[in-house]
Amino acid sequence: MTREDDSELRDTALEATELDRRLTATWATPPGLWGALSTVDHKIIGRRYITTAVVFLALGGLLSLLMRLQLAQPEARFIGPDRYNQIFSIHGTNMMFLFAVPVMQAMAVYLVPLMVGTRSIAFPRLNAFSYWMYLAGGLLLWIAFMLDAGPDVGWFAYVPLSGPEYAAGKRADIWAQMITFTEVSALAVAVEIVVTVFKQRAPGMSLDRIPLFVWSMLVTSFLVILAMPAIMIASTALILDRLVETHFFNPAEGGDVLLWQHLFWFFGHPEVYIIFLPAVGMVSTIVATFTRRPVFGYLGMVMALISTGVLALGLWVHHMFVAGLPRLGESFFTASSMAIAIPAGLQIFCWLATIWAGRPIFKTPFLFVIGFMVIFVIGGLTGVMVASVPFDTQVHDTYFVVAHFHYVLVGGAVFPLLGAIYYWFPKFTGRMMSETLGRWVFGLIFAGFNLTFFPMHILGLRGMPRRIYTYQPEMPWSGLNMLISLSAIILAVGFLLFFIDAIRSGRSGAPAPSNPWGASTLEWATSSPPPPYNFARTPVVGSLEPLSDNPDMLPVAAGLRVDCRELLVTSVVEAIPEAREPSSGDSIWPLWAALATTATLIWSIFTPWAVVWGSIPVAIALIGWFWPKGTSEDDS
Amino acid sequence: MRTARPLLLSVIIAVAPGCSGNQSALNPHGAPAIHVEHLIIGTVAACTAVWILVMVILGLALLRRRRAAADSAKSEARLTMTVVAAVVATGVIIAGLTIASFYTTRSIGGPESAALTITVRGQQWWWQIFYASSGATPGFQTANEIHIPLGEDVNIRLESADVIHSFWVPSLAGKQDLVPGRSNSLLLRAEKPGVYRGQCAEFCGLQHSHMAIVVIAEAPVDYERWAAAQRGDAMVPADPDAAAGQAAFLAKPCAACHTVRGTPANGTTGPDLTHIGARQTIGAGLLETTRGSLAAWIADPQTLKPGNNMPMVPLTSVELQNISAYMESLK
Repeated sequence: MTREDDSELRDTALEATELDRRLTATWATPPGLWGALSTVDHKIIGRRYITTAVVFLALGGLLSLLMRLQLAQPEARFIGPDRYNQIFSIHGTNMMFLFAVPVMQAMAVYLVPLMVGTRSIAFPRLNAFSYWMYLAGGLLLWIAFMLDAGPDVGWFAYVPLSGPEYAAGKRADIWAQMITFTEVSALAVAVEIVVTVFKQRAPGMSLDRIPLFVWSMLVTSFLVILAMPAIMIASTALILDRLVETHFFNPAEGGDVLLWQHLFWFFGHPEVYIIFLPAVGMVSTIVATFTRRPVFGYLGMVMALISTGVLALGLWVHHMFVAGLPRLGESFFTASSMAIAIPAGLQIFCWLATIWAGRPIFKTPFLFVIGFMVIFVIGGLTGVMVASVPFDTQVHDTYFVVAHFHYVLVGGAVFPLLGAIYYWFPKFTGRMMSETLGRWVFGLIFAGFNLTFFPMHILGLRGMPRRIYTYQPEMPWSGLNMLISLSAIILAVGFLLFFIDAIRSGRSGAPAPSNPWGASTLEWATSSPPPPYNFARTPVVGSLEPLSDNPDMLPVAAGLRVDCRELLVTSVVEAIPEAREPSSGDSIWPLWAALATTATLIWSIFTPWAVVWGSIPVAIALIGWFWPKGTSEDDS
Repeated sequence: MRTARPLLLSVIIAVAPGCSGNQSALNPHGAPAIHVEHLIIGTVAACTAVWILVMVILGLALLRRRRAAADSAKSEARLTMTVVAAVVATGVIIAGLTIASFYTTRSIGGPESAALTITVRGQQWWWQIFYASSGATPGFQTANEIHIPLGEDVNIRLESADVIHSFWVPSLAGKQDLVPGRSNSLLLRAEKPGVYRGQCAEFCGLQHSHMAIVVIAEAPVDYERWAAAQRGDAMVPADPDAAAGQAAFLAKPCAACHTVRGTPANGTTGPDLTHIGARQTIGAGLLETTRGSLAAWIADPQTLKPGNNMPMVPLTSVELQNISAYMESLK
């Protein structure tokens, strides 16, 4: 067959096995190192992303155990103040920027294209680039820590403590540049998700048939796009203050230290929802599958997601209630912070209604959802407490707040994430995780978490501030601190068991069928793990639960080319097919571009000239990346 | 769920007043802190009730017995009603808590009417304290220890010399930041005589952990006596050891950073030592003031409080003894 003929060949013309062979040849990642470095397959990159993020979770967890060792007793001398300050700064920075946000986006990188029924993510090369940038940022932070040059100014890096006068050396610069790495990668993924969701949905998947997880990632991606530029501006201004003596944050020269806090929290509060909203999507998915019915109040859930996203941008001042802002402004932010409890409450009530009306099946993913409800509601309620200015003046910067945000972030995001990993692991790997071990993992993490973090509420009310490397024996805190440190071991054992289960199941777990849970969304319509091209023929969707309507036969659309990477572009609202769009092939250039950017950013910690000279290799890499391939666009 | 419930009881027990030390939001002895404690108890009680209610519903939803075939349209409609009612109830509770919060803020009021103003200047890692002059009475400076007259509103003006700190004496009031380039203020008031401990609440670098302050609330007469003593210059040492200590203090680099009023020592980098012997602690709450602890601190400040800005000054053991005796004598 000649090349001419191939280009006319459509998937309609072929039998299943022949179609699989040809599509695999077109979409598969070649074996070997070169293939691994140049792949743009969203599933391979997604898995890499998730694995890397989970490794950072484990590393961040080890840091917290070191902190608990130090705090178990008063005036302990295991870790000095200098090291301790690095440890808590890196714990926070790592968990927020290298674990929580990336892991949620990584789940989306893997799942969203499958859930909307397309062959690949939008901008697959940008996706590869974003992973390499993320990895480089993570390595920068951890290698700096190994070299005793880890940031020691907190994950919030308040000026002037992080400014040129009080933070000598390069530690604060490393923090600020690490932010740049992770924000570039997060923004890239956000753009890919928005475009994938808006333009690549399967025919018939109108806006009111989008799975809730996909909705949650869409809202999250908009939050990333709207909120993250604030921190990039802030960290860039900080680098400029430190490197070329600008005075953005220097009050002696007309700068303002509170400007940093506004910019940081304008990003930092939405950040919480950037982590939490994907978890809402995961919980909705798991609840629907394990109660055997669609989530109650789909429209309400979507409205709650969107209104949470909007409100999230108007709460940041509640992190600054004791900074001395005008009383009236603070009142406004009390009201807006309290108000976010309404969409959060609506979501909880909708899940409760779903469980009430459904038939719960108590598998491990569902157990994590129950744990989520128990813990997250506490975190939400303590959030209502700290939204009050007078209440906050007593608990701000104390262990009460440490307890609060761990209840929100671990309860609200890590529990759903663990449930989601148990739930989607068969799809990711083709193997099931252990149900028996899963119950132990859940039990240990649930008990360990509550025993570790609940007493911190009491410590905070009894006067223990955050970020202290030790406390004096006369303070009445030693008993609870010892209890917390011992409980942290239970929590750590739970996570250890989870890692063991994941590694063991990945190698030798029971083989998974394509739809082991009897779920109803499109990712379960293809094999486990999916083929490189996701779906042999593009599915056509007629409802919110395409696999429940007719489990044995899913209608499909056909007509895509098989000899080159091509996917279907559909309209934003109704998902009516509009065009066949080529999808980029594998390329090594995203890696080169990431390496050149990495070199430039790290070099710029030392001299501003790096930006000038570094732009040359970056430009070369981008020219290589975007060099025209001579393929013509097909607008049919 | 089973784990969390007994823990929840423990917070209710902990919320009961009077069971914590003198640095606790749950052991308030000043009007501002008492107002906030009432708010804390009310809010925690309301939220606990909400949590228990949600958990009961979750438990019922998970474990209730299911009938074979219910009228699905009717039950969906009933669920919708319930969810709408729950959202409305959430709104009502949230509005109530918001109003309670605003009301508490109003009850606390501001420090505008206070007769006495004390300026606290945050330093890495100690508190510089200024009592302003009024009329003919001169002002004075001290460190890490504030005396206030009982039952009077006191305006604490908060400033910072370096990075952001936060002034927090939980048994008397909530916290407020000390922000470079700005001036904040806080109302402080004690209803009961006592020594109230506080510590810096905003991460401020290496020794953030060891940056404590005490507020001593005493009867107005005692307060006046204390203030009069503080206004005076340092005592001339009577004891020969202390006199030798003074000579050594002035000859060594000590005087470059510290002030002892009435002597040539007028450094401004470190705390004013004019009446250090009368202060309860040294090193910002690190050690009780005794001749021994003074000697330990002077001999090796970097081991006791690593990273603090006081260098180790080489002294012979006799000089060390004498300087410690001198410091102790500065009542």
